[in-house]
Formats: sequence, structure tokens, C-alpha cells
Amino acid sequence: MANEIDDINTKPAEEKQPTMEVQHISKRFPGVIALDDVSLQFFPGETHAVVGENGAGKSTLMKIMSGAYTPDSGTMYLGGEKVSFSHPQQAQLKGVAIIYQEFNLLPERTVAHNIFLARESSHLGTLNIQKMNKDAVEVLKELGVEKMILPTALVSSLSVAEQQLVEIAKAISFKAKVLIMDEPTAALTYTEVDLLVNLISRLKQKGMSVIFISHRLREVFDIAEKITVLKDGKLIKTVVKKDVTPSDVVYLMVGRTLDHYFPPLGTPEDFGEVVLKVSNASNQILSDINFELRRGEVLGVAGLQGSGRTELAQSLFGVMPFKTGNMELHGKAIAVKNPAKAIKNRMGFVTEDRKSEGLAPRQPIRDNMLLTVRSVQFLFSLILKDGIRKSRNLVPMLGEQVDIRTDSFDREVQFLSGGNQQKVVLAKWLASDADVFFFDEPTRGIDVESKAGIHDMIRALTKRGIAVLMISSELPEIIGMSDRILVMADHRIAGELPARSSEQEIMLMAIGHASDKITELTAAVGEN
Amino acid sequence: MTTTTATESWFKRTSRSIHIPPVYIFLIVTFLVSGLLDQILSDGQILTNPAIMLNIIVRSVALGIVAVGQTMVIIGASIDLSVAYTISITAVMSSYIMLGDPAKVPIAIPAVFGIGVIIGLANGLIITKLKVNPFIATLGVSLIIKGIINATFSNYTGSVPKSFEYFGYGTIGSIPVSIIIMLFVFLVGWFILARTKFGAHLYGVGGNAEVARLSGVRTDRVVIGAHILCSLTAVLSGLFLVSQMRSGAPWVGPNGLYDLNSIATTVIGGTALSGGKGGVWGTLAGVLIFGILDTTFNQLGVNPYLKMVLRGAIIILAVASYTIRSKKEAA
Repeated sequence: MANEIDDINTKPAEEKQPTMEVQHISKRFPGVIALDDVSLQFFPGETHAVVGENGAGKSTLMKIMSGAYTPDSGTMYLGGEKVSFSHPQQAQLKGVAIIYQEFNLLPERTVAHNIFLARESSHLGTLNIQKMNKDAVEVLKELGVEKMILPTALVSSLSVAEQQLVEIAKAISFKAKVLIMDEPTAALTYTEVDLLVNLISRLKQKGMSVIFISHRLREVFDIAEKITVLKDGKLIKTVVKKDVTPSDVVYLMVGRTLDHYFPPLGTPEDFGEVVLKVSNASNQILSDINFELRRGEVLGVAGLQGSGRTELAQSLFGVMPFKTGNMELHGKAIAVKNPAKAIKNRMGFVTEDRKSEGLAPRQPIRDNMLLTVRSVQFLFSLILKDGIRKSRNLVPMLGEQVDIRTDSFDREVQFLSGGNQQKVVLAKWLASDADVFFFDEPTRGIDVESKAGIHDMIRALTKRGIAVLMISSELPEIIGMSDRILVMADHRIAGELPARSSEQEIMLMAIGHASDKITELTAAVGEN
Repeated sequence: MTTTTATESWFKRTSRSIHIPPVYIFLIVTFLVSGLLDQILSDGQILTNPAIMLNIIVRSVALGIVAVGQTMVIIGASIDLSVAYTISITAVMSSYIMLGDPAKVPIAIPAVFGIGVIIGLANGLIITKLKVNPFIATLGVSLIIKGIINATFSNYTGSVPKSFEYFGYGTIGSIPVSIIIMLFVFLVGWFILARTKFGAHLYGVGGNAEVARLSGVRTDRVVIGAHILCSLTAVLSGLFLVSQMRSGAPWVGPNGLYDLNSIATTVIGGTALSGGKGGVWGTLAGVLIFGILDTTFNQLGVNPYLKMVLRGAIIILAVASYTIRSKKEAA
């Protein structure tokens, strides 16, 4: 099994000189060690995938290598020469290019203008547009896409895949030796992924080191030769693809002890009747959604990125309503067409993105807590004297319930810690008397101590008879908190697992569905 | 992935590369509707008398010149509310220095352009170094200039020499000099935006400052440069106005609403207020639309308050039609 897989980092160094090497890199952020003594080598003409759960440190490592972050300790070598970057541009000029999931292009400018931004061909400040277009064609030719993308085309007129090609062309035009891609396949269709795979092998032949981060193991196995697994900021192992199977990699990614305290799970007497029942529901993203949520339980929802986790909560809450199927709340059929309807039906949604969806950061704690109450109450009732007194009492009461630590409720929310912000969001929904709560990544970006506080609070909610649906990408959280676990894959519910299932069971269910489909696909292609 | 971009017909590609801003359709419609209304309700001069046509353009010169500068700063995702008082300070300072003496013209002109550079530099530095929102920064600078000129000058001050009036009233053949100067400013504006490194960087900064910075563009310099250019266009507008009025007064800028009108014409011309998109030719159309409306309203004797209402409604209509259109394109 996986324990016997050779870790090539422990083998004697290879003869070839690595293009890039990082040694003993560490980086800490307030409350977390993002990277802990990571050493890695990247060789010319090699595709190297870096995998790991959310928070494993993949993105931090890539950002350090490309100059967006500076490491706290450790050294980097490029072609044997020691380097340190204080700005991404320095890394770029030395030949380390990075392509983020969100493209860094100017949509209203042409392809040539984008590729040569800040490096335009010019004479006395006057552009030589013809030469720029010609040079752009040369760069696109290196990728073999000069027929597909014209240098004069506006970037906004290109498809996502074409825009990615422009990004790659821009990287190549810097004479990049190392190309880092963050989730390059996330936004692509299957055929587009094939094109990218071809392109990467073309770049490899030119001696480039290609490094990419991905959540999709299928693509990791399609593209990479070496796979490095990170977990909790530590390097677990670097393996050669042909020696391992996807489940070996899953094992390396997740096998870990619960090092964090979780409140005890619910007991049978906590669980009551079915509060929310969804049957055969689907919309533009999700299909065939069936599940029941009971009073007093935490129903965990796990799944890979892009499996439809977040969309599930959004659909239930009316952000992206279900188009077909039935939803029953307390035994009565309802249609949640918009969030206002959901709030009226006493649902609460604690979103993944606190800053943009959950809070008004420049408003005081008080106003944030009262946001939902105000939105459902009669417009004038709060302005009337009685309303003011009521809200005056309500705020400290809510503050006590969620155990928020602040000197004043008039403090602007933007100055609170992540944990306290999350408590304000929670208070907001408590104020509206919600009895069904949807949590999407309740502890993302929150330090360990506050995490435990939030987990206690979620459990306390269920003890009061509230039904909780909790979406999380962190498997320990799913396992530590859930009384039942739904696993999502491919925009459907792949199955249900009992409390305390193992990380491997969940992961295999989450990728299993997808890999069945791949076998089907390949079989179909074979027959043709 | 599609290959339509490469196999597209020659016509489609060419028409896209020329890219006629939709505002020109608006300009033609405005012209025809105005001409027709004038024909039916008034003496029909707009369509038949070329002098009226020229007059419309001459009336647009002051706004047109400063709108070129405003277009540049807006493309850089900034804005300049100080142009009106920059026009005023130019008008009063130049006529105050000239005092009707042709020999003083070579002193007055560099002096007012110097003031323009200082104002633009101040705007740019406050925005980039002190990180003050451009709206507030230029509003503040505008108030400072207003205070200075109102404390020093109350009404018409000094005068310009006869020879200087050539700018406002001279003609070459039958074409007024001012029109030629305005078109030249537009041409220079187009060249800077479309054909220079500075222009390319300005679109980059306006489109996404972080992308530009990471690509190696010195974003602060670009923004400061755009503000200096904008103030210089305001100075040129001020010189044109003073040559027409023969003497400068502190109220010429704010009375002509050059700050808000230059922003409005830029936006009507299709330049995005969020920056990174647009150009001077759209702005030219916007300026001409304003000129046509003004003349038509005058011809028809429309009540001045109703004029404002109509103008406001037309601005909203024009800009809303682009947004709806571009949403349709995106869908």
C-alpha cells in the first residue's frame, strides 16, 4: 500500500540539475503554519503536480515560488543560483511565471497588448503595433495556437480556454523556465483539457518545468509525472505517477488523526422529526437532489471542489432556486424562489464568503446583527419607540449567545477577527429566529481556537432543536461534526455515510463517481 | 475551443477592428431628429444653413478640448473635477498678465500652462501618493483654486490683445481656427491613447491596476501623467474662452459646467467610468451631441429649465442603451 511507495525526495539526488529547488521553506500566518520546512526539486521537462486538501499549503508554496509572498525561512535556487523574490515581477523576469485561476488579463485590450503589457515594442514612446502583433504571433506559434487566436482579437471576445492560452503565451514571452498553474483545468471542458494536456507536453519538450495545483485527481494522473502531496503545511511525499494509484494518493492526502477538539455528536434523543425534505430537485447546476434534514442534527455535506456543495446551499436558500422537484418544510410544500422567502420561512445561511456575502464590513456590529430582523419586519416597527428599545436589548443578548468578545457593539465589523466576524453572522441569523441553518465552510480562514468555539456553537444550536446542514471542504470538520454525511460528486448526491466514517471512505465516494464516468467514457471511445 | 476568430469573414474582422462606437448612431439620430424638429417647428436653419453647422462645432470647442483630457483620466480609472476652475484660473491669469499688450502673450501662455502642470501634478500626487479617492482629491483641489481666484479677482480682469482673438475668431479659408485646434487636440489625444506606450499603460492601469503593476507598469507615473495632460487641456480651453470673451472672469469655468459636462460627454462617448475602455472619438461624438442639442433648444426657444431636464434625460437614455446593449452582447 501507500506506505511502501518510494518517496523520491529521500532517494539520492538525481544527476540532472533541477530547474528550480526550494529548501526548508517555512511560512506562518497569524494562527496557522502554512508551510513547515518544505523542500522540493523541479526538473526540466517534467510535469509536477502538487496536491493536498484545502489549507494544505499548496497555494502558499506556489505564491512563494512566484514572488507573491516571501518565506519566513528557507532558500530557493533557480538553475543552481540562489534567488529571493520580493515582487512577482522579479520572479517573472528570472523565468518563473504563474497563472492563477483568475486570469490577470485586460479584457478590453487586444491579445498582443496583453502579452506585451509594459514591454511594448516602441520607438521614442511611439508603439510599433505591427511588430507587437507579429511578435505575438511568434509566441502563439510556439504554443501551436496561432491559427486559433489572432493578436488583434479583444481578450473579452475569447473563450475561457483561449484566455488561458493567452496567459500561457504571456508567460512564455518572458522566456519562462518554470510555469506554475493554479487549478488550470477548473474552468475547462473535457476537450479543452485535452488541448491543455497536449500543450503542456509541448512545453515539456522545450525543457520547461511545469508545476500545477489541482483538486481533480483524474487530471493529475493524466498530466503529471511526479506528484507531491502536502498536508497541513508539511511535505508528505513526492511520488512518481506510474508507481501509484489514485487511492494511494488519497490515502496520503488525508490519513491523519483528529488533533482538534470537536464537541460530542448528537444523541438519538436530540434528533426529532424531519424538518426539511427535498425530493428529485434540480436546477441548471444540480440534478436529482434527494435528502432529509432532521431537527437537532448536523448533516455534513462533503465533496470535491466543483462537486456542487456550495450550490446545494444556494439552491436551498433561493439564491439559485430549484427549478424542478419538491421541497417540504415542516411537512408543508414550499418554493423558495429568493433569499427573502427563505428568511421568512426561518432559514439561515452562513455563507462561505463572509466579507462579500455575509457582512457589511463597514457597518457596526449592532447593525449587522439586526440586518435580517430589519429585512423581514414591518418597515416602521423598528423606528417606533418600542422597536428601538427592543433592538437595544436584543443586541447584547445576541452577543452573549454567540460569545462575541468586543468592547463595544458600535465597532465596525471590518476590525474584528475572522472568528468574531463569523459570530456576528451567526448572531444575525439567531436574531431572525431561524430554525434551519445552512453553513457553508463555517470555519474557513479562522484560527484554531475560534474554530472550536464555532463548532461548539453549531452543536449548541442543534441542542436547541435547530436543524443544521453544514458544507465543508475540510474532512476532519465533516467527520468531527456530522451526525450523518452526504457526499456530493458531479453535481449530485453520490451517497450517504454514517457518523464517524473515515476520510478515505468519504474521498473514495467523492472521486469514485467521477472515475466510473471516466471508465464509461474511455470504453465508449474504444468502441468507436 | 472554436476557431471562428481565424476563419471569420474579412468584413467582420475589419468592421470590428475599426469599431465604430455606438454613440455615432446616436449622433446621427440626434442630428436628424433635431433638424427635422427645427424644419417643422422653426426656420429649418440646422439642415440647410452650413453656417449653423459650423456654429454648432465652434460652440463645442471649449468643451471638446477639455473632454479629451477628461477622457484620458477616466480611461485611467480616475476623474478630474478641477477642470472647471482650471479653466477659470487660466482665463483670469492670462488676461491679467496680458493686459491687452501683444508683447506679454509669450509670457502669459507659458505661465498658464505652468499653472496647469502644477494643478495636474497636485491632482496626480494626491491620488497616487496620498491615496485619496480621485473624486475627493480633485474636488478638494478645485475648491482650493476657487478660493484663490475668488479672493483675488471678482469679475472681468485685464484683457487680451487683438491679435490673441485670432484663436477665438480667426478663420482659415472658411473654417474657424478654433475648430482646427480642437480637431488637432482630438488627433493628439487619439495618438497618445492608441499609439504610444503611455497610452497602452494608461489602459492597463484603468483596466486593472494590479495586473498592470504586476506586469511592470509604473502605475503612479501613468496616473500622474494623465492628470497633467488633462489639466493642460483645461488650460487650452481656458485660453480659447478668454480669446473669445476678450477678458477673463473667475466664473467662466463653473458657469459652463465644464467639469460635469466633460465627464458626461466622455461617458456618452462610451468610455467606461470604471476605466480601461473607451477613446476620444466617442467623446467627440458626445460633445457634438451636446452642441446640437444646445443649438436646437435655442432655435426652438425651449425654456432653459426644460432644457436641463431634456439634457439629463438624454444622457441617461444614451448610457442606459449601451449597458443594455453590452449585456446582450455578453449573453
